[in-house]
Amino acid sequence: MANISKSTSSTRNACKLCAPLGASLVFKGIEGCVPLIHGSQGCSTYIRRYMISHYKEPVDIASTNFSEEAAVFGGGQNFVTGINNIIKQYNPAVIGVASTCLSETIGEDVDALIRDYTGQNGNTPLFFNVSTPSYCGTHMNGFHQAAIAAVARFAKSGKTGSQINIFPGFVSPADIRYLKELCIDFHIPATVFPDYSETLDNVHTREYQLVPSGGTTISELEMTGSAKATIEFGTVFNRGGKSTIGNSIVSAGQWLQEKMFVTNHQLGFPIGIDVSDKFFNLLSGIAQSPMPDKHQKERGRLIDAYVDAHKYVFGKRAVIYGEEDFVIALAAFLLEIGMVPVLVASGAASGLMKSTLETIAGPDICIADGSDFASMREIMQELKPDIMIGNSKGYYIAREMKIPLVRAGFPIHDRFGASRIHHIGYRGTQELFDRIVNALIEYKQENSPVGYKYI
Amino acid sequence: MADYILTERQKQVARSGSNTGKMVCNKPSVAGSVSQRACVFCGSRVVLYPIADALHIIHGPIGCAAYTWDIRGAMSSGPELHRMSFSTDLSEKEVVFGGEPKLYQGLTELIDKYNPKAAFVYSTCIVGIIGDDVEKICKQVAQEKNIPVLPVQAPGFQGSKKDGYKVACEALFNLVGTLDMPVPKYSINILGDFNLAGELWILMDYYKRMGVHINATITGDGRVDAIRNAHNAALNVVQCSGSMAHLARLMKDKYNVPFIHVSYFGIEDMSDALYEVAKFFNSDELMAKARDIVREEVGRLMPALQWYRERLEGKRAAVYVGGAFKAISLIKALRLIGVKTVIVGSQTGNSDDYEVIKKLSDEDTIIVDDSNPVELSNFVKEKQADVFIGGVKERPIAHKIGIGFCDHNHERKEALAGYEGMMNFAKEIYATTMSPIWKFTK
Repeated sequence: MANISKSTSSTRNACKLCAPLGASLVFKGIEGCVPLIHGSQGCSTYIRRYMISHYKEPVDIASTNFSEEAAVFGGGQNFVTGINNIIKQYNPAVIGVASTCLSETIGEDVDALIRDYTGQNGNTPLFFNVSTPSYCGTHMNGFHQAAIAAVARFAKSGKTGSQINIFPGFVSPADIRYLKELCIDFHIPATVFPDYSETLDNVHTREYQLVPSGGTTISELEMTGSAKATIEFGTVFNRGGKSTIGNSIVSAGQWLQEKMFVTNHQLGFPIGIDVSDKFFNLLSGIAQSPMPDKHQKERGRLIDAYVDAHKYVFGKRAVIYGEEDFVIALAAFLLEIGMVPVLVASGAASGLMKSTLETIAGPDICIADGSDFASMREIMQELKPDIMIGNSKGYYIAREMKIPLVRAGFPIHDRFGASRIHHIGYRGTQELFDRIVNALIEYKQENSPVGYKYI
Repeated sequence: MADYILTERQKQVARSGSNTGKMVCNKPSVAGSVSQRACVFCGSRVVLYPIADALHIIHGPIGCAAYTWDIRGAMSSGPELHRMSFSTDLSEKEVVFGGEPKLYQGLTELIDKYNPKAAFVYSTCIVGIIGDDVEKICKQVAQEKNIPVLPVQAPGFQGSKKDGYKVACEALFNLVGTLDMPVPKYSINILGDFNLAGELWILMDYYKRMGVHINATITGDGRVDAIRNAHNAALNVVQCSGSMAHLARLMKDKYNVPFIHVSYFGIEDMSDALYEVAKFFNSDELMAKARDIVREEVGRLMPALQWYRERLEGKRAAVYVGGAFKAISLIKALRLIGVKTVIVGSQTGNSDDYEVIKKLSDEDTIIVDDSNPVELSNFVKEKQADVFIGGVKERPIAHKIGIGFCDHNHERKEALAGYEGMMNFAKEIYATTMSPIWKFTK
């Protein structure tokens, strides 16, 4: 298993985003929460724009809008003005504050700013804040850092209840809705966090909701501390981000386990039958009931689809890229169906992709962590892959190499309906599988001199 | 004044016809207001971005580069190096020990690999704070690699997007005057069109048909050598007052190149843009050709537009765009197809721009500087607009309320400038307002 790093010291066409974006996603997954980014105006505007182009929904993120003066003397005054104005305009229940490279570098103490503000003003929204300097890790570190910050701020320990926590990581709104449906079908009371399934994929509201409806509620977050168990998806979580010296906690589930003794079940993103089975077995165990027939049938149909289409995919060489936890899961799924993930790449660099995949993948797989699209493109000239699977930013390579790209994950800026793509469980696997098979069939059909009517 | 407008912002909102004096503008955005503006870096980046044979490297952590990778059209007829996103991608280590070595290494590696005609080095928020001497590195690399390496001092907090325009103009000005090539008599530079969807090529075609030579296009479909030779043109034709006026003034002061302001949106403004150039050269021949072009193009366009006008008459539009110049042209262009503008705003307009807008607008039109979603959504509701013309961040405002939308910025794929552009504009306004789907949103 080769491990290939970036071929230049600078980054060319990044395959990662910065930490405040990940934190903003988590903020959007809390009911009544308005995100505030403590830094220059551009940070919030760029992140808004990036997310709007993917979700096609309002994404209001406030900024403390640092001036030169604030950069020199501190952003305290901007913070107070910013909070006052957010309250005036949005009247939110919660304000989530993410720092930036700027506010971190000048040494802003956001904890103290919040303490001062709430001390001097009665009846304020609830605050929680997260340290997200963009020179540490990627958007996924911001995401997990914020998820940990949220449970650390709101969870309350207490008598163990019947409910469970599901912390799915960075999945699509459709995935979150699917998880909630599963819990209903298994009759398990559950808190899915963060839940941006509505805030970032809303119905037509006929008005501009300043604070969109939906999200994990604060009382649900409080109850995460007394849950029966947590299920969280991932392997890497917050590793590779802000230096965690003296703080070895890498996920919200782990935090709850260590601080509030909530049993934590970690498993990879349930993509593919093997990992989905593990997930469903966990749910069955918790519910103490067998898998509902509806999902048993979804599983059955998926196996039937695997059988019907196995020859289209067998031996096909795929390049997969994106967030580490996402591509680790995709690699396992591809191996399950007989495809070869010839290049597994991420802009993140926790160093865990290799050790995690070593146990399941063969020797002819290239791992590129800390990579970028330009480096991937160079490697791909030799690998001659059949297909790419990942976000839309790889399109220019697929176009140049004339191979299909199956869009999955984030961001998808060049296709419609990104929020409604399923990735996880039997349903998500089915959808991904269908799309991969069809992409390969379409490629074959379009490049055939015959023009087959049956394939 | 409506209670949803923040106290600090009340004087940045006006209504035409009411005597409220000059509008307040040119201010930093208010903290917590959710301004639609970005930052200094953004201003410099959008202006320099279309220079296609230059290396653009962003010195800082990854975000600034990631969010601006291939962010909008900026079409090139040749090289496409500008569509790559280069970043020094600073990590915690460099923030502590300094980023100069990484910048030096990055620049030299990339210049060797891609052979650019020049390099622009954008300093982002933390670069000055960690004490990197970017100018020193730029000088050193310029000497070693024998190409211009230009620092773009664009920390996001050092002003607003508009200050970024100025920073970009100063970087460009360092290029201008470093190459001397002969140019024909009637030669102009086109400043302030960024060729998002090929509109530069449309207007270049008109000028060529007039017999005017295009020397440098700054920066749409831009090339380093043409910019270096830009001082040899007889005239700078400047669109989008905010972004390029500073370069035009600098070039006038140092090289005595006069400039005129034009706009290419809508029939009237497009025609004026041709006439003004002919007038400047004081040439009957150019003027006659300009008239021919206008006659031919307008003659073809008007009957087609009439069809749209009959169907769009009485519709109401909200306009919120980056530059006020564009807003002014849009009011006129909308009027031409029977659409009344009821809200006009911009991110970067100056008080003169807003005075022009006030005079041009119908009574009680809302005029706003540096607005935000709370205000814009309330304005749209109050004024019962049928269509919104703006950028990506305004689209959800329109769509969630349930009105049409026309992208006039990043995600635009059809050219909206020139006579062809006017036709495209009419078609798009028609498509978005006449869709049968609106019956489900009422």
